[in-house]
Amino acid sequence: MSNHPSLLINNLAFAYPDGNQALYGVNLRVEKGERVALLGPNGAGKTTLVLHMNGIHQTMQGEVFIAGEKVDSKNKESIRNIRSKVGIVFQDPDDQLFMPTVGEDVAFGPYNMGVRGAELDAVVDYALNLVGMIEFKDRPPHHLSFGQRRRVAVATVLAMKPEILVMDEPSSNLDPASRRELADILRSLDVTIVMVTHDLPYAHELCERAVILSGGIIVADDKTDSILRNEALLATHRLELPVGFTLS
Amino acid sequence: MGERLYIHRHSLVHSLPSHVKIVTVLLFVLVVVSTPITHWSAFLIFLALVIAAATAGKISIPTLAKRALIEVPFIFFALLMPFIGTGERFEVGPLNLYREGLLAGASIVAKGTLGVLSAVILSTTTTAREILRGLERLRLPTIMVQIASFMLRYVNVISDEMERMKIARESRGFDATGVKHWKVIATSAAALFIRSYERGERVHLAMLSRGFEGELPHTEVRSVGARTWLIALTIPTFALITSLFFKMIG
Repeated sequence: MSNHPSLLINNLAFAYPDGNQALYGVNLRVEKGERVALLGPNGAGKTTLVLHMNGIHQTMQGEVFIAGEKVDSKNKESIRNIRSKVGIVFQDPDDQLFMPTVGEDVAFGPYNMGVRGAELDAVVDYALNLVGMIEFKDRPPHHLSFGQRRRVAVATVLAMKPEILVMDEPSSNLDPASRRELADILRSLDVTIVMVTHDLPYAHELCERAVILSGGIIVADDKTDSILRNEALLATHRLELPVGFTLS
Repeated sequence: MGERLYIHRHSLVHSLPSHVKIVTVLLFVLVVVSTPITHWSAFLIFLALVIAAATAGKISIPTLAKRALIEVPFIFFALLMPFIGTGERFEVGPLNLYREGLLAGASIVAKGTLGVLSAVILSTTTTAREILRGLERLRLPTIMVQIASFMLRYVNVISDEMERMKIARESRGFDATGVKHWKVIATSAAALFIRSYERGERVHLAMLSRGFEGELPHTEVRSVGARTWLIALTIPTFALITSLFFKMIG
């Protein structure tokens, strides 16, 4: 098992029912423990790709493997297992946090995996401790700040002890301090991370490696530093470093 | 919203489990409704019981009265009833009233008020979340409890969204003053509906991603001792005795 990459995507293509094709043959391999930034302009198919990783979208052509296990959205038993291995943190924490209290929300995932009783309490505390939100366990989510809600959203998937953490725009709408706190948390985690983002400095700070998804295919896959230094490549795919930002 | 009604105190009423309180309120209201209005002294005792419960729950009478005002629009029609109808009539000063209508109106006002007051005591001493848990324990269909708890969670998110849309409208010089602005309001409402609907889809997606298969986690069930039930049910029992007593003496 341990030899398998956390994520392996072979020649994945996908078109929406309305005929709009989003992916044209994506190949991607992410090793265990890697942190990879998934970059790309709006409408490049990033979200579509992410929703293939846990079988929300059914694969039409190609294959997706999570730690060696094939994602097959028709196989109920396997999909439950896959969803415990792939933790997706969505962009808007209000979409993710729907239970009346923080603690109950963090318990939701493990509960679905069949964890009960004292073990469930322990895993909730473990996940909330990882993101430093344990003292908010009994609070309703809407009383928290946006940054705190994002951290709780991360905890809700960490509670499932995922093989791979997939984050959609983790730094969006965060104030600079929350942004840095989240970076510290992510760095402290011993988990494979795929980070979908437009925040290139954030990608540079956290991820060794970056891939660019553009027009439904992977057009670049390299060290984040080299990709971000390649201005022509970035410009072709509507990516830019913030004005005044220089790579150290 | 949602928790706005709850006032945190430490009292006997607060400490009772929510499903016990719900049953108590329902039984009490049942007794009140089945007592004929002509036994008016029974209603004075009912009111005394309500006030006793409020006192035990450390709710001040002004708070209780203020919150009961929600009833006013509903009473309005009851107040009209003595003026319309058929049958025996009698005069009170300049007014010409129907006896039947007066009784029916008085009955609605008295029973309605007692019902509202009991509900106010319940909602002031129990969080909305706890009320839902109570309903769950009372075997209300899970789907209804789920819908209600989602509503509780998202009512704030959606009202915030509505507020932002309102501010955005006003920032562009819109000021709703009359009928001609209804179109804009209606369009906003439609936009809000679609946004909420889409949010619902995203929430569902996020739930599926965490392995949701149609069942929300159950809260651990703590069993309730006979003593607790006994304390809570004193009030409806006393109301029942009162009601029967006045029925017997006619």
